Amino acid sequence: MSRFLIPAAIFLALAGVLYVGVVHSPNKSTMQSALLGKTVPDFSLPVLDNPGMNLTNTQLAGRPWVLNVWGTWCAACRDEHPVLLDIAKQNVLPLVGLDWKDEDDAALEWLKQLGNPYSVVVADRDGRTAINFGVYGAPETFFIDADGRVQYRHVGAMTAEVWQREFLSRLPRGGLP
Amino acid sequence: MSWRIRTAALAVLGSVLLGISLSSAAFDIESMPNPEMQKRYDALVHELRCMQCQNQSIADSPVGLAEDLRRDVREQIIAGKTDAEIRESMVARYGNVILFRPPFKPSTAWVWIAPFLLLLVGVLVAVRIVRQRASMVAGDESVVETDEPAR
Repeated sequence: MSRFLIPAAIFLALAGVLYVGVVHSPNKSTMQSALLGKTVPDFSLPVLDNPGMNLTNTQLAGRPWVLNVWGTWCAACRDEHPVLLDIAKQNVLPLVGLDWKDEDDAALEWLKQLGNPYSVVVADRDGRTAINFGVYGAPETFFIDADGRVQYRHVGAMTAEVWQREFLSRLPRGGLP
Repeated sequence: MSWRIRTAALAVLGSVLLGISLSSAAFDIESMPNPEMQKRYDALVHELRCMQCQNQSIADSPVGLAEDLRRDVREQIIAGKTDAEIRESMVARYGNVILFRPPFKPSTAWVWIAPFLLLLVGVLVAVRIVRQRASMVAGDESVVETDEPAR
């Protein structure tokens, strides 16, 4: 009997370690942004429908805004598009689109066909800004507060529930200034 | 006869392994301005995780994001950043997950210590078993020669 005691104890200890590992392993779809609480990276990107003009992060400072990373090559972006259109109708937070590694023409065609939920879309043609935001797959959606700090990042298609729970709830009480 | 089968099996295994190692080298095509920078570049791209395909390094992955991160490493080396600064900039954007080798901090210490503890346990168990068997041989040879339990 006692000769099984030590192996059994080792087995249980290992099982415990592996269980904790499996339960806490980083889930691809819920990985926290490394930028939480930090200021957004500096960027200056051409506006999609007006390439002569650039939008910078400092121009967006002073009020909360939402950055949605998408591309016409991204299937889940098509899935979330109707949700973004509903969000745009609420008119509570400006949606800034980051068109990630995409063809400008394809992106403009997409917005013409499916509707445009964005206040403004910028073209990140070579993906440098997306890297600085720690983006690893589209779609990703960031909540940025009035001080320009990242407060939340959602990975995957936006849903009405996520929008309510993680984005609207982060707005200052009493609405926007 | 069996040695022939074994040789054939080894030959097949060898060619499969060769194929794997050749295919994994296919994406790493960036070339650096000088050999010293090339060496640092090669080392860095092999220790950064591809965030889209988590069990590959950015050197081994063909996806677009890995390509962008390799370009980022290349540009930072040319801009004169040290390896530590480059690693730090990756962690600042993607978190510790991007490093295959986790840093030694209080929260990650067990990752580094646990394998050595387990090795120690294994050695102790092995020593005990060997000693037990040795004492059995020394004490009574009949125990070794027959498997029948004594009645």
